[in-house]
Amino acid sequence: MLEITELVHSYGSHRVLDGVSLSVAEGELVSVVGPSGCGKSTLLRSIAGLIRPSGGQILLGGRPVDQIPDNLAIVFQDYSRSLFPWMTAANNVALPLRRRGLDRRRRREAAMAALDQVGLADAGGKYPWEMSGGMQQRVSIARALAYRPSLLLMDEPFGSVDAQTREDLEDLVLRVCAHHGMTILLITHDIDESVYVGDRVIVLTRSPARVSADLKVDLGASRDQIATRQLDEFVRLRAEVGRLVRGGSTTATTVLEQH
Amino acid sequence: MNHVRVLRGVVGAAGFAVAVEAVGLSGLVDERFLPRMSTILVGAAGLIVDPEFLADVVATLTAWALGLLLTVAVAVPAGLTLGALPAAERAVRPLIEFLRPIPSVAIIPLAILLFSDNLHLKLAVIVYASSWPVLINAIYGLRDVDPLAKETLRGFGFGPMSVLARVALPSAAPFIATGVRVASGIAIILTVSAELLAGGSEGIGIFITEAAGGNRIDLMLAATLWAGLFGVLSNAVLVAVERRLFRWHHARSEAAR
Repeated sequence: MLEITELVHSYGSHRVLDGVSLSVAEGELVSVVGPSGCGKSTLLRSIAGLIRPSGGQILLGGRPVDQIPDNLAIVFQDYSRSLFPWMTAANNVALPLRRRGLDRRRRREAAMAALDQVGLADAGGKYPWEMSGGMQQRVSIARALAYRPSLLLMDEPFGSVDAQTREDLEDLVLRVCAHHGMTILLITHDIDESVYVGDRVIVLTRSPARVSADLKVDLGASRDQIATRQLDEFVRLRAEVGRLVRGGSTTATTVLEQH
Repeated sequence: MNHVRVLRGVVGAAGFAVAVEAVGLSGLVDERFLPRMSTILVGAAGLIVDPEFLADVVATLTAWALGLLLTVAVAVPAGLTLGALPAAERAVRPLIEFLRPIPSVAIIPLAILLFSDNLHLKLAVIVYASSWPVLINAIYGLRDVDPLAKETLRGFGFGPMSVLARVALPSAAPFIATGVRVASGIAIILTVSAELLAGGSEGIGIFITEAAGGNRIDLMLAATLWAGLFGVLSNAVLVAVERRLFRWHHARSEAAR
């Protein structure tokens, strides 16, 4: 589905991506985790065609991304800026469907169905600024769902909501995406989250970013906020990802703790 | 809260009227130079049924409305173009910065030389003076559109023209509307100024000149009062229109406060 080889990007002389290679298979949810400022967002923007990387190759569905692909959707962290305040929730969800060539009525139906799936069946007539942060991010997710992208990119999608809402949204994404068999690349700096939602976790190094590990998450398809996080496998993976994200410094700490 | 604010404004205006009246009654100032407020108000009331004055008002408001329409038709597309093309904006920026601070009334003598038709003259100076706030607000409104909002739509595969029409324009619209409201105030100033300086047959400015010629300071001030009231009224109407059309903008900025 998505095949990235030796992706390199520099802003001026500052190198951000230093040969990132990864792949995402159809129907997979891959989380990409790395330290803050390591180039995660640059990676996502390159895949989305929003910036042109300095080097390397991105294949989406076998075709190189040389302009903006028309079959992907992005959910950004900052829902308040990503939703259009002059439109109701339903119209926000329906807008991208113009690219699908649907008429007004079909767009409206698809938008209402998507809002229903994220639990906002009654909020279609509300404006984003009349909603809580969690509700707004649900609208963003519904907008991406309604578009039926072959690849859904999520950039720290739960980074701006409170802990309870965050768990709700994680489960919502897992549920809805399993239902649609969607392919997702989710970027996060939250180690727990990367393991909890992912089928695979790709760990990036400190900037300039390279892939330091590609871990399979063997936690089964259905996850539970309490039970899953208690599993030995979860605890083991979380520790491993944590060590990788922190780089060499963790090993030193562990040694000290043992003494 | 809004009512309290309106009430305070009324109290302030009434207080001013009473003060002017008191000055007249006290005899400190010769009534021929500063008529009593009651005389001015009676004069202003009388003007409503004066067909000659009404024809002047119609002439002034016609020029004002046409001028403002032309301003919007010229300055909005120009501002949007400059806002969308930073290179072009940088090229004309020095010119704008040079022309904008010139007091607009100073170009009226030039307009008198250039235009033989009185309405054309008025429209020319109105458009020249009123375009600046619209132009500047359109440029900045368009340039300050949230990049993430644009990226959101680009990410869904929309092209630059769609992004302009569906994100940039709606985002910039409240700023452009504010520019138009400021322009409407400037337009009324320029209309009356052009009438005062360039003369002509009809207009509030002409009425004021003629009243001055007849030594009727009370009628001069009564006509001026109407011009001022019209300015207040048009501003209030435009504020109400903005609040209604751009409820999302005001709701958001109030929430942020």
